[in-house]
Amino acid sequence: MSTAAAHAEHDHAHGHAHHDEGFIKKYLWSTDHKIIAMQYLFTGIFMAFIGGFTVYAFRMQLAFPGMSVPGYGRVTATDYNALVTTHGSVMIFWVAMPVLIAALGNYLIPLMIGCDDMVFPRLNRLSYQLFLLSSIVLIASFYVPGGAFGGAWTSYPPLSAKAEYSLTGLGSSMWLFAVALEFAAFLLGGINFITTVMNSRAPGMKMFDVPIVVWMIIIASILFMASVGPLIAGAVMLLFDQQLGTGFFDPAKGGDPVLWQHLFWFFGHPEVYVVLLPAMGIVAEIITVFSRKKLFAYKTVLYTAIGTGVLSFFVWAHHQFIAGIDPRMANVFSVTTLLISIPVAEMVFVYIGTLYGGSIRLTTPMLWALAFIAEFLLGGVTGIFLGASGADIYFHDTYFVIAHFHYTFFPIAFIGSFAAITYWFPKMFGKMMNETWGKVHFWGTIIPFNAIFIPLFLLGARGDHRRIYDYRHFPDLMKAGMQDLRVFATLALLVLLAFQVVFLVNLFYSIFRGEKASANPWNANTLEWQAPSPPPHGNFPQGLPNVYRGPYEYSHPDRQDDYWPQTEPDAAKS
Amino acid sequence: MIDQYVESASTFSGDIDNVIWVVLLITGFWFILAEVVFFGLIFKFLAKPGVKAKYVSGEKPHEKRWVTLPHYATLAFDVVIIVLAIKVWHDVKINLPEADSTVRIISQQWAWTFVHPGPDNKLDTPDDITTVDELHVETDKTYHFELSSRDVLHSFSVPVFRLKQDMIPGRIIKGWFKPTQTGQYDIQCTEICGIGHALMPARIIIETPAQHRIWNQNNAPKVADVTPTTTPTQLGGMP
Repeated sequence: MSTAAAHAEHDHAHGHAHHDEGFIKKYLWSTDHKIIAMQYLFTGIFMAFIGGFTVYAFRMQLAFPGMSVPGYGRVTATDYNALVTTHGSVMIFWVAMPVLIAALGNYLIPLMIGCDDMVFPRLNRLSYQLFLLSSIVLIASFYVPGGAFGGAWTSYPPLSAKAEYSLTGLGSSMWLFAVALEFAAFLLGGINFITTVMNSRAPGMKMFDVPIVVWMIIIASILFMASVGPLIAGAVMLLFDQQLGTGFFDPAKGGDPVLWQHLFWFFGHPEVYVVLLPAMGIVAEIITVFSRKKLFAYKTVLYTAIGTGVLSFFVWAHHQFIAGIDPRMANVFSVTTLLISIPVAEMVFVYIGTLYGGSIRLTTPMLWALAFIAEFLLGGVTGIFLGASGADIYFHDTYFVIAHFHYTFFPIAFIGSFAAITYWFPKMFGKMMNETWGKVHFWGTIIPFNAIFIPLFLLGARGDHRRIYDYRHFPDLMKAGMQDLRVFATLALLVLLAFQVVFLVNLFYSIFRGEKASANPWNANTLEWQAPSPPPHGNFPQGLPNVYRGPYEYSHPDRQDDYWPQTEPDAAKS
Repeated sequence: MIDQYVESASTFSGDIDNVIWVVLLITGFWFILAEVVFFGLIFKFLAKPGVKAKYVSGEKPHEKRWVTLPHYATLAFDVVIIVLAIKVWHDVKINLPEADSTVRIISQQWAWTFVHPGPDNKLDTPDDITTVDELHVETDKTYHFELSSRDVLHSFSVPVFRLKQDMIPGRIIKGWFKPTQTGQYDIQCTEICGIGHALMPARIIIETPAQHRIWNQNNAPKVADVTPTTTPTQLGGMP
């Protein structure tokens, strides 16, 4: 099917969709990619409250052991495990994934490639509904007998496999069921993203004219689809172990607990790049617009992203160096793990290179994009300590690991999302966000973020191990200054959480009362800025666009304007 | 660096600290360099009225080398780190030196059982000394340990030795250490093992050979009757 024919069919399909619809039909049962994106976005923001509240409760317990945490109560050992488990699973599976992949992918892909909707709109609706169901199952697991699952977000058996070990028989199964449902939802979304980009690009848009963020979401979707199969299979096997008494992971029945770790991390490590790549894409869009520069080496970015994706399938066992796998395997995985530093570092070099010779404007989205690079660098280099097998013996399962992956995941899930929301907000809601409050929120997030996690590097280096609700049983971990570091990190967290109120107020105030936004307030090149703000159902009322050039033609020497929209025919050269 | 905060008490703990130190120097150098260049470029190229940005595609060879040169440098430093890390890994995890003595370490929710060989220095003899949450060893003696678990995953971690190894039900996992100084230190379980995960502290007591001999003599007969009902070899699985 040619692209033009696909467009024609879509026009026909949507011909009858413009009359007034009821609230439910329009906002809850919609097949419009933009509404589905908003559903994902706001569900993700809601789930971030749960992730934020759980970390508040367990960090308070660590700083002030035994206290009654305001708004929660006393955190018991059982509670503590359930809280850390929920925090980890929610932030990765129910915040980073829906916001970065599902919300942004849904919102941006049709707009940025110049078509009117996804190719499978009903599949898209089903994807969100499954995701919503998975969120409800997860939340419900807190209220079942025994409470929520507390075996960590990695859910290693035998602890997760048997109720007599975990004491949360129903909670464990509901957690697994929620995760499996959520993966099914994103599988449907991924199929949709890939098919849409392959088939519905605007006439004239060649593969190398596709904006990097779209490429990144596509590569991420391919990685996700290729890696999630083993984990869904593993989840079903673990569910059988829990509920039907099979023994896939039970050594007494001939199974092997380490098998789960392989299945989990074969998915779990590519998953890091599944969320990293879209965030990298967002940063590429924003730094080019606000430094008025062409992206430095577009194809290099693309190839390094693909290289990272391929390599990410060969590094999973670095999570298992000391897990009881054959120690000789660690040599292989240590090599692949350090090799993956090369394409990722190269992407960062490219972004730094893009700034050279620019005309940099420090707007709120630009601050977030730059902060992503600055903070992610620390997350990247600290990963080397853990990928180097010899050093990992000491650092494995300490707070050093926690600090390391928060320096990667916080920039991805939060700095990346804030960058995206503040940048595309005018398009999404037709209003401008308040810049002053945006900057207050920025500094109020970045400073405490570093104040939380730098102490955790130090605590990890001093031997603090993970998932311990009270260190008072360990004399060596109660030495002078260590509790002070824990208290400091917790206080910084309280500051960070408090500043998120600024964001929420700014977000909702701007949606309803913000200054009206023009179609292209940032003078950007990509196609979404040619549609009205906000785009109506069908996206491009003036007709679907044609594409004449790549997305990053900023400050072209032949042009008076410092931008050159992808849709502008060459004849208009001035 | 690590030994400023956590004492170094095994023959290989210094080697692991050295790897960490080298990685810190290399990554620290690159991290600072990259951040300096990054912030330098931001401040140098802040928007000025009337100044248009440069048009650079980054595809030409003389532009691309700003990415390819750091690329090769990253590769070179990766090789250095890999070689060092793998060497230490071999010494700690793969090439076990001949043992002077062997201890058996059994974990369960939420306690440790340590089986010492006793005065005759042989396991599975009547003078074995079994203790709970307390491991007695002597300095300058190469120990092998045999890890096993009665229920879920646990992990045997001795921070002063820079030693960590998961324990898996159904398997016996071997490793080694050689203490270099006396003292009493934490043993941690570093793999989440249920609600009592934080309540699984144990202590390692490193004694001089003379002290250890006295401990052996004082404890051997008294505690012989608390040998676990199931020995780890009866737990099934791979040897």
